[in-house]
This record gives sequence, C-alpha cells and structure tokens, in this order.
Amino acid sequence: MKKYTDQGKVDTRSGFGAGLTELGRTNPNVIALCADLVGSLKMQDFIDENPDRFIQVGIAEANMMGIAAGLTIGGKIPFTGTFANFSTGRVYDQIRQSIAYSGKNVKICASHAGITLGEDGATHQILEDIGLMKMLPGMTVINPCDFNQTKVATMAIADYQGPVYLRFGRPKVANFITDDIPFEIGKGIVLNPGNDVTIVATGHLVWEALLAAETLETEGISAEVINIHTIKPLDVDLLTNSVKKTKCVVTAEEHNYLGGLGESVAGALARAAPAPQEFVATQDTFGESGTPAQLMEKYGLNKNAIINAVKKVIIRK
Amino acid sequence: MPDYNFLETVVSQVRRDILRMVHKVNSGHPGGSLGCTEFFIALYYEILELKADFEMDGKEEDLFFLSNGHISPVFYSVLARKGYFPVKELSTFRLIDSRLQGHPTTHEGLPGIRVASGSLGQGLSVAIGAAISKKLNHDERIVYALMGDGELQEGQNWEAIMFAAGKKVDNLIATVDLNGKQIDGKTDDVLPMGDIAAKFEAFGWEVMLLKNGNDLKAVIEALSAAQALTGKGKPIVIIMHTEMGNGVDYMMHTHAWHGKAPNDEQLEKALSQNPETLGDY
Repeated sequence: MKKYTDQGKVDTRSGFGAGLTELGRTNPNVIALCADLVGSLKMQDFIDENPDRFIQVGIAEANMMGIAAGLTIGGKIPFTGTFANFSTGRVYDQIRQSIAYSGKNVKICASHAGITLGEDGATHQILEDIGLMKMLPGMTVINPCDFNQTKVATMAIADYQGPVYLRFGRPKVANFITDDIPFEIGKGIVLNPGNDVTIVATGHLVWEALLAAETLETEGISAEVINIHTIKPLDVDLLTNSVKKTKCVVTAEEHNYLGGLGESVAGALARAAPAPQEFVATQDTFGESGTPAQLMEKYGLNKNAIINAVKKVIIRK
Repeated sequence: MPDYNFLETVVSQVRRDILRMVHKVNSGHPGGSLGCTEFFIALYYEILELKADFEMDGKEEDLFFLSNGHISPVFYSVLARKGYFPVKELSTFRLIDSRLQGHPTTHEGLPGIRVASGSLGQGLSVAIGAAISKKLNHDERIVYALMGDGELQEGQNWEAIMFAAGKKVDNLIATVDLNGKQIDGKTDDVLPMGDIAAKFEAFGWEVMLLKNGNDLKAVIEALSAAQALTGKGKPIVIIMHTEMGNGVDYMMHTHAWHGKAPNDEQLEKALSQNPETLGDY
C-alpha cells in the first residue's frame, strides 16, 4: 500500500487562512468578508496585510451574502467567512437568489463544518450543508481533506469563475497531502489503488480511509482509496472505472447520509455501474457536545466504521 | 432642463406597456409598476449616467438595483424604451423561453439586469456590495436602489441599513416606494412599521422626503438633490410617497391591483386613459 506520512496535526481552517493570505499577495481582486468570526476563520493575516480589502460585516450573515453578490459587479472576488452552519442554512435564500441564480462569482468559505467543531454542540454543527449547497444549480461544492489541500483549494477557487462552497473544519487532523498530488476542481484523486473495494472519502474522513485501508491490507483486503474533494461536479468517470473493477463501494463523510457525498456517488453509479454501497455518515441525526474524537466514535465516522462498512459491503457483491 | 413634454409621453407609453404586458399573460404586478413609473423614467432618462453601448461590466457608470422585483413590468418597459433590448421583446413577458421572466433575473442574460430579485429584502445588501466595489475601484459613480415599503418587513433590510450607515457607504442612494400597500392590504393593517423615515434617521442615514413620487419634476429634483448629498459620509434614502396604480383611475386608492391583471374591457378603459405616444410594441 502507498505510504502517506502525517506531517503533523493541523486544522483545515488554518489551511484556508494560509490560502487566503497567499491570495492577498497575488490576486488584488480578492476581498474577504467576515461575520464576526475572524479568529475562527484564521483571517487575521490577510486582514493585517490587506486592511482595505477586508469587510467586517458584523453578525449579519444574510447581509454579508448580499454584499458579496454586489461586490462581484465591478470584478471583485469576494470570499465570505463564517461557520458552515451560518454559511448555508441560515442564508439559503440569499445564496439561492442573489448568488447562485444570479451567477455571481462568490466564494462561500465555511469553517467548523460537520460534527467535529465539538463542544459547542448541534446548534453550531451542521451535517446538512453539502446537501443544501449541491442542490443549487451552478454551485461548486468542495470539501478538502487536510491543511495542504485546503490551502491549494482556497487558491484554486479564486481562479474559477462561478459560485463555490468551500467546506472545512476546526479539529487538528493529519496533514498528509504532498505537493506532488495536484489539486484540480472536479478531479478525484486515487490515493491508493486496490481491487476488492472502492472507498470514496471526503474531508476529515480521507485520512481515516487510508488508515482503514492499511488495516484491511493486513487482512488480505485490497482497498482502492479515492479522495473526492469536489462533491459537485463529481468525478463520475473516476468513480465508475474504479467500481467497475472492485464491484462495491463505501463512501465516507462527516455529513448526513441524506444529501451527502454518498448519495451523489450512489446516484452516479446507479446510472453507470450499479454496485452495493455502504454509507459511513451520520444517520439522519443532529450532533451533540463532546470532543471531536468522541463524536466521531459515537456517530461512526472513523477508521473502524469504515473497516466495518467494507466487510459488510464485500459480502454483498 | 429636462424636456417634460417628452418625458410625459414616455410615461404614457410605459404605462401602456405595463398594462398590455400583464394583460396578455393575465398575471404580473401592475399596481406597484404604475406607481413607480415616474421614478423609473426620471432615473433612466435624467439621472443615471450610463454607458452608451449598454456594456454590463458595471464599471464607470451609475448602477441601479431593483429590490422589489415584482414590479418587473415597469423595469422591463423602461429598459427597452432606453434601448437595452428590443421593445418588441416586451411581448414575451412571462412566456416560456423568454428573457423577461416574471421577476427580473440575470440568468437569461437580459441586458440591464444585474441581479435576480423578487424574493424580497435582498436588493439593498447587493447594492451596498456594488457601492463598496466602486469605492475599491476608485469609481466615482453612484449606486441606486429601489425597495418597496412592505418589503421593509424583511429583516435583512435592517442588517443592510445598519451596515451602510455604520460603514459610511455614502455613494448609495436608496429609495423606498411608500405606497402603504402590500398584497394582503394596507401595510398598517398587515404589519404597522411606524415612522420609516425616523427609523432610517435613527440608523444614521441622510433622509429625504418626497411627498409626490408621481410628479415627474419632483422626482427628478429629489434624485438630483440626493446626488448632491453623496460623498458626505452617509448613505441617502428618499422616502417616496406614491399612489399604487397611478394613471389608471380604477387601479388607484386600492391594493386590489397589486398582483392582478386587467381583463379585456378593463384594459381598454385603462389604455384610453393613457394614449399611445412612442408606438406600442
């Protein structure tokens, strides 16, 4: 199995902050907006270097989305920053009408996605955001897996014309994507080739999928691990080719199984290469307070959950 | 000095356009459209400094945002009469495959439209963003927005109103169409909003009152006076009293024609009160 090295635990939101800082230096059209969560979104370096290109909107996310839509008129590239919960459900109609339907070049950057924001509990967690955003026509949905990938994704979306939802998180997780793994919007990455099962993972679950594949290998199961960072548009060809070979699939994500990556994969495969599938995801539930590790364990979102799902799906072939 | 005789002929023609558009598809919003006809004509014929080639990049020209998108008939008519798209295209309003959707949208590429609107309460925020974009681009032109009064019941407006004053967005002139009516009746019966002018003032806006928003000369003068107030650290709002259904006797003094089209007989009567001047589409 291909070896990946954890270069040290770091949060994906810091990858966003680093990417935004880099954009501040290289792209004069990039404007950052925040709804009173500068520290949480790691935007301070950008602000220090580009005070005139930062707009503090206050606790008013709907207004922030509208202002972002307006900023695009005249050529600015606005990056909005707040928690995933307040970046999506709270402002769905503003995003729908003023951004998506209007085709505005806004980058909706959402931290603290999923359940791993932890102790704040379900009021601040969101497990429905991928579904909400991917349902919008024309919206690109990206969920990078570590610091490095979040940084390059942040920079890549500035060069892409159209609305984007970029989802990342709070916990410190393994940082393992190296420079020789290119990031291209809409292109999945085969992190490990295998023959017996395809594991399709996004976000924080990608590292867990690699750990699972390592253990499975010792048990004689060869797992192909695919990192889907762009949930929409989905890399259907890559998934189809993989599943035609392995004949079964496990999807893994920090999101409700309804509306998430798993459903996108199932929908694509139903058309091209139907196969048994297991969903490592939350099961139509809200989250709760706890440490990220406790929550991932309780809600079945880790290496062990993936291993169990693989064993279950393989016998369904 | 504006050519008021000519502008009055435009008013009459735009009213005809509005009435014929909504009549043809038996849907749409004539009441508010007629109430704001003078405003749109003042804005597009006398106030906005626009690019001659109708380029839509939004730079180095004044911009207008319609927040209460349901009054699309007046918006479409004035845009067409100004030359943004062929006047005959008004005949496609609300029909399948048309660029003239029920509510304005950029989605079908209709020139003159800069954002979708219709889901109420969002236009002011977008206008603020466009105004900030102008400041960042060192573009001296002004951003205008029109909102309905009923629409101020949407909370997002008050986020935007607070922001624009707090952040000194002073290249922005908003107008509130104060006709006192909404779909379900008088605004005071549906949800009393109190003194709207005082509210804007309390939030830190420069507030102007326009008693008769259906008097073309008064509208032009108010907008000109508002222009002179830009660049002084405050956003500007014109609280503009209008009569819903203005120019058609039986559509005035009632909210009944907010979102209802006239039948054949009613159309004839309405058109007889507004002679054809520039040629029907």
